[in-house]
Amino acid sequence: MSEQTQGGVSAPGAKGGDAGFITTKLEALMDWGRRNSLWPMPFGTACCAIEMMATLSSRYDLARFGAEVIRFSPRQSDLMIVSGRISIKMMPVLIEIYNQMPEPKWCISMGACASSGGVFDTYTLIQGVDQFIPVDVYIPGCPPRPESLVDALMMIQGKITRHERQTRTYDRTKHPLDFEPVNLVSGAAEAAPELTGSRHSLPQKDLVASSPDA
Amino acid sequence: MPIDYAALEKSIREKFAGDVVAWTTFRGQHVLHLKRENVISALKFLRDDPAAAFAMLTDVTCVDSLRLPTDMQNEYPERFAVVYNLTSLAHNAQLRVKAYVPEDPSEIDSAVSLWMSALWGEREAYDMYGVTFKGHPDLRRILTPDNFQGHPLRKDYPLKGRGERDNFPKYQDIPSK
Repeated sequence: MSEQTQGGVSAPGAKGGDAGFITTKLEALMDWGRRNSLWPMPFGTACCAIEMMATLSSRYDLARFGAEVIRFSPRQSDLMIVSGRISIKMMPVLIEIYNQMPEPKWCISMGACASSGGVFDTYTLIQGVDQFIPVDVYIPGCPPRPESLVDALMMIQGKITRHERQTRTYDRTKHPLDFEPVNLVSGAAEAAPELTGSRHSLPQKDLVASSPDA
Repeated sequence: MPIDYAALEKSIREKFAGDVVAWTTFRGQHVLHLKRENVISALKFLRDDPAAAFAMLTDVTCVDSLRLPTDMQNEYPERFAVVYNLTSLAHNAQLRVKAYVPEDPSEIDSAVSLWMSALWGEREAYDMYGVTFKGHPDLRRILTPDNFQGHPLRKDYPLKGRGERDNFPKYQDIPSK
């Protein structure tokens, strides 16, 4: 807290005889408290969660940064760690939990899947959770090492120290749950014209004609 | 006592002469290929016959033969094959039953009346392949959201989807019947 300390004066006659007081800005004091008591909300859906557990346990010991109090209740947490792949069925749950977290809150997108979909370039995987919730720090890796998560947490602490809030604003009125669903039925043929059709319309290799004896 | 697959094949071929497509063996695994019409009575025979006693249905799944290599595709008389993996606890034996289902209508009788484990397996096969199991008490989607359109493991479903991963349908809980 020394960087915010304006100066300290000992108060004679205080209880205990030797107590002093310091002056600072209230915001700086709040930020100091916040950055040293981040309570993560772990959204672990895949192997990144295993690395997150390793980070929390004794070898890497996230408690050194005051972030050891894993809260599975969003009401009591202020750091969302999305660690793992998120499917289109899971994303509304993630959004709901994120919206239930009290402000101010931060978000770490841990690993390739949460950040970009990773290798799962398929129909069901969200290609980056930052399409739907604001993300402060992205961690590359598949899965990232615990040092990377510690680094990300320290970056979050730096952001709090600099009194930065969410990196980008997002439109609260446009909730992803309210999106109109795409018309999957009528758009199917235009989306993938080469992929439709019956097996019988495909060119069939004629086994007899292609044999060398014929 | 080990199961006598040759005798089992013989009795199956006698009892269900018009339904057996083939009996094949691959690396010691026996596969019974059936038409779809009498598949339930054939499965019931396999379950109840003491020489077979396939009391356990390990899995129900499906195969889409679309865009297989031609020589492999020629093994499939129809587009889909519903696969039943059976286990006989009495004989410590396994048997795979493939029932061929055409593209339209892709329907087959449900095996829930024989094994309760078919409940979720058939829901998954319906969800992923669009094969309808007639007589299933609760044939809802099990993996994708309830209002998902299409059947994603069909080979004519595009791998990257139809845009639903960027603008997915609002998830709705549809209560069971």
